[in-house]
Amino acid sequence: MSTTTEKARGPRKAGAAPSPAPGGSRGRKPSMGVQNAAGWLFSTPFLVLFTVFMAFPILATLVMSFTDFGLRNVTRPWEANFIGFENYVNLFGDEKFLKSLFNTGYFVVVGVPLTIGIGLVVAVLLNNGIDRARTFFRVGFYAPVVTTIVAVAVVWRFVLDPSDGLIAGLFSEVGWTAPDFLGSETLAMPSLIVMAVWRNVGTVMVLFIAGLQAIPTEVREAAKLDGASVWQEFRGITVPLLRPTLLYATVITTIGYLNVFEEPFVMTQGGPSDSTLTVSLNMYREGFNFFHMGYASAMAYVLFVVIMGITVLQLRLLKDNTK
Amino acid sequence: MSANSSTAAVEPLKNTSGKKGDGGKKGNGGKRNVSRPLVYVLLSLGLLVMSAPFLWMGLSAFKTQSELSASPPVWIPTEWTLENFRQLLDKLDLPLYFMNSVIVAVLVTVSNLIFCSMLGYALAKLNFVGRNKIFGLVLGALMVPGNLMLLPLFVLMSKLQLIDSYAGLVLPFAAGAFGVFLMRQFMQSIPDELLEAARMDGASEWYIFWRIVMPLVKPALATLSIFTFLGSWNNFVWPLIATNDPDKYTLPVALATFATDPNKAGGSNGMLMAGAFLIVLPVLVVFIALQRHFTQGIATAGMK
Repeated sequence: MSTTTEKARGPRKAGAAPSPAPGGSRGRKPSMGVQNAAGWLFSTPFLVLFTVFMAFPILATLVMSFTDFGLRNVTRPWEANFIGFENYVNLFGDEKFLKSLFNTGYFVVVGVPLTIGIGLVVAVLLNNGIDRARTFFRVGFYAPVVTTIVAVAVVWRFVLDPSDGLIAGLFSEVGWTAPDFLGSETLAMPSLIVMAVWRNVGTVMVLFIAGLQAIPTEVREAAKLDGASVWQEFRGITVPLLRPTLLYATVITTIGYLNVFEEPFVMTQGGPSDSTLTVSLNMYREGFNFFHMGYASAMAYVLFVVIMGITVLQLRLLKDNTK
Repeated sequence: MSANSSTAAVEPLKNTSGKKGDGGKKGNGGKRNVSRPLVYVLLSLGLLVMSAPFLWMGLSAFKTQSELSASPPVWIPTEWTLENFRQLLDKLDLPLYFMNSVIVAVLVTVSNLIFCSMLGYALAKLNFVGRNKIFGLVLGALMVPGNLMLLPLFVLMSKLQLIDSYAGLVLPFAAGAFGVFLMRQFMQSIPDELLEAARMDGASEWYIFWRIVMPLVKPALATLSIFTFLGSWNNFVWPLIATNDPDKYTLPVALATFATDPNKAGGSNGMLMAGAFLIVLPVLVVFIALQRHFTQGIATAGMK
């Protein structure tokens, strides 16, 4: 077990200077009994909360996904009937679900590379391109991350408003007419993606700055002495040495984007004609508006499996290249 | 933490190479300097785009109805008005939602500080059977998307009659895996000798944890508080599900319900901007005041 944990931490640690060795794992035998008792006592509160509010619901979702769990079962859960794989079979014949799966994929495939790319560029410019006002810029680029997503979505809805919005105002200054971004089937999703990139680029930037600062200065200096251009240095040194950070940033951004919910909930309610309906929003509606909770549970598990699959794939792809 | 020490090493070297470059002769230093103003221009443009929605929100919240829908647009309000705020407060009991949000966030933060530190200490400094398994559990919990638990959690809370209660809003977030991970990372750097010495003196594990370890990890506790408080403050999906009674709404739920109900907001962008302004402003102020903790916390969790 300890080896697997070390492996899991491996890619993140690799970028940083060696951190202190894990404390107290070897060479202390005397108070073993005391430490066992204390260890478990200190673990108890977390384990109890974890079991009741995480482990149990994770299993319960799985069980529910094989039942016809509905509104009446909220008060009488044990009366739900097992219906085998029916929910899953239905899901893959459900146009709406397939559309929400496609929309979520669209959001991730376009949104993640944009977020990572822009975050990386900003981080490199901030870290290597300037020497004054770094904190000022860093704070500015990070600010959207901390703000309440609901409030931000409300603001963006108005920014994109076709008649009174910020973009419409800018367009009218130069004599153009702004399209109805959120009312258009083709433009609604790209609009949500732009907003998501705006909100999350700060997280990625901070991760990359930390990664950049862990690159030994000697390596850069050597490259400069050898006459490497800025671009060569970026390609040959920055990107390869940032790989662990790149991996981590990609994985967490992808997981976050696969769960996208608030943006379409507040800005478009999934519309127009389901063009921004994501899996999470679809699941929320099925589960809490229509109380098809068994069906919604199946959706949650499909999304979970997709997330797990993609995460493992990313870990494989991005990790192997480092060797 | 290692990032900090290397920053210190990077800065002076950067500055000297920059000065050398002024001569415009020496290798790449010169090239870098020529492009430096360009970098500032690029970053400033980026910053303008990043802050535009905030500026738009801040300005619109103080515009009159006619200026909000004026064409050509009025960028800076000619007469600043509080009318939007007045109308909003008439329709929406913001002080109540504010209190709900604060109470939930404080309870979540305090319980995370205690429980995550306890397990973090056990994982970092106590040698006990099953430790690695528990750590594996914590890492696994970090990966699980919250949406996976919503449906049974709602059923469970209904059964426990905790819908529309603070307990229902707090308990699912009372001990987060992220906090455990963060605290464990920090506590590992405490020297074992210190704890051994206390044990020799007959101190109990609780005493060591509470009186020796906790005071040593104050910076980590500060980081964890900020992140947990903010996470709770911004949390939306669970409070949306776990509250039916409008009196129990948190701020985001109240604003979202208001904004998506055409009968209530009725296209009054002024009111909505006022609402967003009131929710976002405290967060931005706190963030700017404590920005060092934010960026370090993210970097630490990511790098270690």
